[in-house]
Amino acid sequence: MSQSVLILGATSAIARASAHAFAARGYRVYCAGRDMEELRRIAADLEIRHGTEVKYGRFDAEATDGHRAFLDGVTEEMGGLDGLLLAFGHLGDQVAARDFSAGAAVIARNFTGAASILGHAADYFESRGRGFIIGISSVAGDRGRQSNYVYGAAKGALSLYLQGLRNRLFPKGVRVITVKPGFVDTAMTFGMPGLFLVASPHYVAERIAGALDKGGDVLYLPWFWRYIMLIIVHIPETVFKRLKL
Amino acid sequence: MATLTTQLCGWGRYPVHTCELERPDRYRDFHPGAVPAIARGRGRSYGDAALNQNGRVLLSERLNRFLAFDRERGVVRAEAGLTLEELLAVAIPRGWFPAVTPGTRYASLGGCVAADVHGKNHHRDGSFGDHVLGLELILADGNRLPCSPQEHPDAFWATIGGMGLTGLIGEVTLRLAPLESAHVVVQHRPARDLEQMFHLLEPSFDDHYTVAWVDCLAAGRDLGRGIAMAGHHAAPDELPSALRAIPLEHRPQRRHSLPFDLPGRVLNPWTVRAFNALYYRRQGGKGRFLAGYESFFYPLDGLLHWNRMYGKRGFLQYQCAIPTAEAFQGIKALLERLAASRRPSFLAVLKRFGPQGRGLLSFPTAGYTLALDLPLRDPGVFALLDELDRTVLVHGGRVYLAKDARLSPAAFRAMYPRYPEWLEIKRALDPEGSFSSSLSRRLAMGEEE
Ligand SMILES: Cc1cc2nc3c(=O)[nH]c(=O)nc-3n(C[C@H](O)[C@H](O)[C@H](O)COP(=O)(O)OP(=O)(O)OC[C@H]3O[C@@H](n4cnc5c(N)ncnc54)[C@H](O)[C@@H]3O)c2cc1C
Ligand SMILES: NC(=O)c1ccc[n+]([C@@H]2O[C@H](COP(=O)([O-])OP(=O)(O)OC[C@H]3O[C@@H](n4cnc5c(N)ncnc54)[C@H](OP(=O)(O)O)[C@@H]3O)[C@@H](O)[C@H]2O)c1
Repeated sequence: MSQSVLILGATSAIARASAHAFAARGYRVYCAGRDMEELRRIAADLEIRHGTEVKYGRFDAEATDGHRAFLDGVTEEMGGLDGLLLAFGHLGDQVAARDFSAGAAVIARNFTGAASILGHAADYFESRGRGFIIGISSVAGDRGRQSNYVYGAAKGALSLYLQGLRNRLFPKGVRVITVKPGFVDTAMTFGMPGLFLVASPHYVAERIAGALDKGGDVLYLPWFWRYIMLIIVHIPETVFKRLKL
Repeated sequence: MATLTTQLCGWGRYPVHTCELERPDRYRDFHPGAVPAIARGRGRSYGDAALNQNGRVLLSERLNRFLAFDRERGVVRAEAGLTLEELLAVAIPRGWFPAVTPGTRYASLGGCVAADVHGKNHHRDGSFGDHVLGLELILADGNRLPCSPQEHPDAFWATIGGMGLTGLIGEVTLRLAPLESAHVVVQHRPARDLEQMFHLLEPSFDDHYTVAWVDCLAAGRDLGRGIAMAGHHAAPDELPSALRAIPLEHRPQRRHSLPFDLPGRVLNPWTVRAFNALYYRRQGGKGRFLAGYESFFYPLDGLLHWNRMYGKRGFLQYQCAIPTAEAFQGIKALLERLAASRRPSFLAVLKRFGPQGRGLLSFPTAGYTLALDLPLRDPGVFALLDELDRTVLVHGGRVYLAKDARLSPAAFRAMYPRYPEWLEIKRALDPEGSFSSSLSRRLAMGEEE
């Protein structure tokens, strides 16, 4: 049987494009998210375009109690899983920094929920001795900035978590890839002022699915963000704290 | 929903209007909302149909999902943002082809419905709307109205060709035509003047697809010189043996892109004349040959951003249709006026239409259609086109709204006699005027007079 991938947060533009990239490579796909009407449309579209098997179901990153049962259900329905793409996330806004309840949702959706489901997935792939986990973090997690440090902190935590997971699972033959996109043209960024070098979801998705054919642990997308972030990370704090970023 | 306020234009790059864009990712969010809006597909209409000066524009581009594809019957249901290019990628390998396609595969299904587009086979198969089995129309209040020739036929025929003004087209169910191969058998026949051209466009020379290219700079005795082009999907026994086993496969067209605006002066009477002479000799002498479907149906799509050819100021496309009885006289008068103006139309396309369809504002009408591209260099071109409008009207013809940027409300009313009927339905469907575009306000669509 062909390989299968679980996509978490399958309604996001990046996830949708990634699902197409996987399906085009012959993967069977399970799309998970909270919006069942959208998932139905996305699944129908994937099946028709790629002639592959697609299933979908409800998944809420914040409902961590149900994560174990959810993953068991998916692995059973798909007859085992070969990999997982974690794509859900939530940018929130400036308010998140001042109002903890808003901030807590940002943290829960980008990090806590991810840590929960990734923990179960890690056990699953570890026991099988193969598979892959791709997590979409963000360049925003590389350095805290006044404009989005709650989101940045959650994504930074996710990056660290994935790094640790990679360290744990490497000897077990499970591949863990951290994806750090810069700006991508999605609902998250549409109409935002001050964007530059915006990549299309299709571009990002092709590189995410293509990463499995190549080496590499941390994938900046587009590639030049690696160098932009290298510079940003190396600006001394005494200077950085004075910048308006 | 997040919005993006930006300068927006159609394919002709004139006019440019300030619009507030929304781009829903979810079908549920494709919703009119409280402030008047207009839908936009892929912006392949030339003028101001998909613009809304200082108003909202709802982009359908992320609502492009296939929902059902019946391989046996060739029926597809999809969201309106799906492009023909995406449809072709799925349909051709399964032996199906759009029953009607315009000259660009970058148009969306919603745009094809709203403009009731025609193809080179209008004389035989009618327009796009004739192959739409049903629509989901999203009304001003957000309700979803299923409509088809059987169900809510009024709403259906007001939406086919209704330029997005009756509601948002959410989903389209389309009947496809069976396809035996991805290749087209083409026959080019040169015509030395307009009389011969009309002769070659008569039914006896028809093929599944028939269209003609006209050299607009040819005047006097040569007026109407051009090439009649006919073609049909190749049957397997018309293919060379190497292709016969894989008739539905094809080598994709090479795509180039025009990366910057050409200076406005590059296209002038001399360069266009030189091009036309060359084209006439090359293409006219080709006779019968086999072509890939892309180069036959979508010759211009091979050069992305070809609209930059006309320079920064953009261009106007002028497409009119003139009823059969008057067509020769009318087209002759238009070509004479154009040749005398010494404004080079880089592209001029002539075609015979079949009978008028049922879309109340649909453009095609039994007769002949002529399409011209005119660079926008100076205001003189507007005066020229006003003159052409009068000629078209004298001969009982009309101008195509999907290409238009400058028609007057009075001329529009004279050209579209079914407008009052359409208006009544529009008012019933959209009592508050929630759907409004730069085009609809320019033409005062929504008012009687
Ligand atoms: C190279 C080229 C060749 C062409 N050849 C032909 C041809 O041979 N025959 C022909 O008929 N036309 C032709 N056209 C014109 C083109 O097919 C039409 O203008 C078509 O409407 C473009 O589709 P679009 O998705 O880009 O629509 P847009 O330009 O974005 O919109 C066109 C109209 O459709 C409405 N609309 C779009 N989507 C929706 C929706 N979801 N709901 C409600 N309303 C909607 C808009 O409001 C607007 O009024 C050609 C255009 C080009 C650029
Ligand atoms: N766009 C960018 O520029 C950019 C840059 C860097 C990183 N990223 C990251 O890339 C990923 C995809 O981004 P995008 O821009 O495509 O996002 P998007 O369109 O804003 O979508 C966000 C996604 O997260 C899902 N989600 C939110 N809360 C959830 C929850 N509690 N449980 C399950 N799913 C939940 C949403 O699904 P439902 O609401 O349908 O359930 C939706 O699919 C995100 O992780 C984002 O942080 C984006």
